[in-house]
Amino acid sequence: MKEKDLLKIANKKLNSRLIVGTGKYKNMAECAKAIKISGAEMVTVAVRRVNIVDKNKPLLMDYIDPKKIIYLPNTAGCFNSIEALRTLRLAREIGGWKLVKLEVLGDKKNLLPDMIETLKSTEVLTKEGFEVMVYCNDDPLMAKRLENAGASAIMPLAAPIGSGLGIQNKTNIKIIRQQTKLPLIIDAGLGTASDASIAMEMGCDGVLINTAIAKAKKPYDMAEAMKYAVIAGRKSFLSGRIKKNIYGNASSPKKGLI
Amino acid sequence: MKFKNKIKIKVNGKNVIFDKNTSVGTLIKKLKIPLNKVAIELNKKILNKNKINKTKLDNNDNIEIVHFIGGG
Repeated sequence: MKEKDLLKIANKKLNSRLIVGTGKYKNMAECAKAIKISGAEMVTVAVRRVNIVDKNKPLLMDYIDPKKIIYLPNTAGCFNSIEALRTLRLAREIGGWKLVKLEVLGDKKNLLPDMIETLKSTEVLTKEGFEVMVYCNDDPLMAKRLENAGASAIMPLAAPIGSGLGIQNKTNIKIIRQQTKLPLIIDAGLGTASDASIAMEMGCDGVLINTAIAKAKKPYDMAEAMKYAVIAGRKSFLSGRIKKNIYGNASSPKKGLI
Repeated sequence: MKFKNKIKIKVNGKNVIFDKNTSVGTLIKKLKIPLNKVAIELNKKILNKNKINKTKLDNNDNIEIVHFIGGG
């Protein structure tokens, strides 16, 4: 039997290569429905204070069952290693989450990652037994360092978070793809379905999308579009595309031409 | 403090007055927080959830209770 094409990250095996974020939706019901339509089996979540004043505020876990969907706690909003480590240690304490997404930002305007703090945090977290999926710049040298530090997945940005620009530096992503056997996931900056397909056609193992779905005019339709874009891109990558040629090559045979 | 049998603590950045000898477990119950969905920090150190009933609050303690919310 043909082996299933699964995305393997640490000890997790996923059918879907689309990972989605759970932020920026109008409400939790919309978020939960979009996730369902997207077919994603892993979602990123943020760690924040419980609202102790309004106790009736709905909880994420009431809408998205962590027994059915893998929660990937993130460190969004952390601007240094100390904050990121504190956040992920708390995340692990909530319910034993070892697989986490590390994201240490360096600038409030462009939200680009601070790779020095990111690398430091990766080293500490892997020593503490975390499995760390690392949001990083599209820099092959830094990607290599993260790999050496024990990262479980390399997650370079396509473009700044929420920018919707698609992959800006294809060459660097290609170099990272060639140098690593770790799961390579494009995280941040994808805007539309074709952006996701391009990432998958380049041989990336998956994509992580939040804003492009949550802020689309029709989030459910975009969730579905992204689902199929990822499947199409993956199949296309595995199919072995034809060589590019500047001249034409007729599709119909010349023999028997009248 | 005005009252000898009271303590002032901070929970998620907010000042709260409690009786002396209140445990973290009692605090969580009073706030109606589902324990299995949160993590607790006492003075910047993670507090094991199995130990909350044995852990008594002191004046000026700083408690942080966090959970998961939507995020990218």
